Amino acid sequence: MYTQYKQMNSLIVLSQSDSRPMYLQIMEQVRQKVAVGEWKPGEGIPSIRALAVELQVSVITVKRAYLELEREGIIVTQHGKGSTVARDPDLGPRLYEQEFQEHLRQAARIGMLLGFSEDEIAERLRATAMQLETEAS
Amino acid sequence: MIDFAVEFSGVTKRYKHFTLDCIDLKLPTGCILGLVGANGAGKSTTLRILMGLVHQDAGTVEVLGHTMPDQQALAKLEIGFLSEDMRLYGAPTLEWHMNFMRSIYPHWDGAYANSLLGRFDLKAKQRIKGMSHGQRVKAALLLALARRPQLLVLDEPTTGLDPIARREVLGELMAVLADEERTVLFSSHNTLDVEQISDQITFIDRGRIVESADKEAFLDRWRRLRLVLPPNTRLPGLPGVVAIGGSSRLPVVTTNRFEPAVVSACTERGVAVQSVDVMTLEEIFIASVESRREGGAL
Repeated sequence: MYTQYKQMNSLIVLSQSDSRPMYLQIMEQVRQKVAVGEWKPGEGIPSIRALAVELQVSVITVKRAYLELEREGIIVTQHGKGSTVARDPDLGPRLYEQEFQEHLRQAARIGMLLGFSEDEIAERLRATAMQLETEAS
Repeated sequence: MIDFAVEFSGVTKRYKHFTLDCIDLKLPTGCILGLVGANGAGKSTTLRILMGLVHQDAGTVEVLGHTMPDQQALAKLEIGFLSEDMRLYGAPTLEWHMNFMRSIYPHWDGAYANSLLGRFDLKAKQRIKGMSHGQRVKAALLLALARRPQLLVLDEPTTGLDPIARREVLGELMAVLADEERTVLFSSHNTLDVEQISDQITFIDRGRIVESADKEAFLDRWRRLRLVLPPNTRLPGLPGVVAIGGSSRLPVVTTNRFEPAVVSACTERGVAVQSVDVMTLEEIFIASVESRREGGAL
């Protein structure tokens, strides 16, 4: 199970114009893969070195992304055996929750930069949700 | 396996108009180190001392456990070196060079050489003198890689390459690292390449090492803070300030010792933090070198 790796082609795609550090981009995409079930609980994922070679980024960058993902409880790394997705069945919803929180933070931050009050930011969010509902129906 | 593939300690070399001054450098086995510096900063001299091509006046150099320059013959069997002034013969073909290398180096990997031919889009029957700059760099890299050296030393490998060739070269450097006992040291003034693939980064300027750290630490510690000062307030003292730009009410502070506490320290003093900007390696390099030069210590 541990040595069974995924097809490596275009596993993760990093973007140069994305201003976030590369390790954060890697973390986000791994989270998403787990969230949508592309990488399943308990399944083996690429080793740090293999992913670094594939992405053409430093080993140390991938190592950092994996360490933080481990801290978040998304993956498990066993020395000498490689990394696997954690066996936590509630992982999916929790990951979406985290992502939602992160996007809310960004929206609030930009809103504050633009000088909106808290109420205005909340109102804009309500309006956006309503707009999405209208578009869907 | 030895811990450090390369170890420089107090290495000094004096020339009439240039001194390489007390270089300390440690490169752990299995890592890529990017040596960044302007032209004439001392990158090539450092690599030439590493290869035993230039002998240091003082200090010690250990490469793969061999003392340089005394044991360079042994060391060179395990090092693949690529530099701009190391030309291939023009008249013979790439295939001739491949056969030549195979006759010298016992670890020559013919299958790997052939697969590199394909990946680098090179033709074995082509003469070196008919090749473009990019093809020559790739040919030289092929010859170095197929020896399967423990240590690869590359002086400006990506200079003058088009984006496709650059990607091919960086990709093969990374592929070397798939084997965790192999080590790569390369110099570049292209900070983008260094930022992308290096584990360790060393800045060199005017013959001295300005900074040396692992890449993530580098990128984590450097930040640019855009602040808004209330009227008649002075900028509070912040840790690791390297440069202060902007205006008096809207200062832009560059620090190399950033941590989240810096932001709270500002807000507590009534200074609004408009943004905390991540810096590219190029911005870090320039800020680092400029502050060193302005410091007058050199």
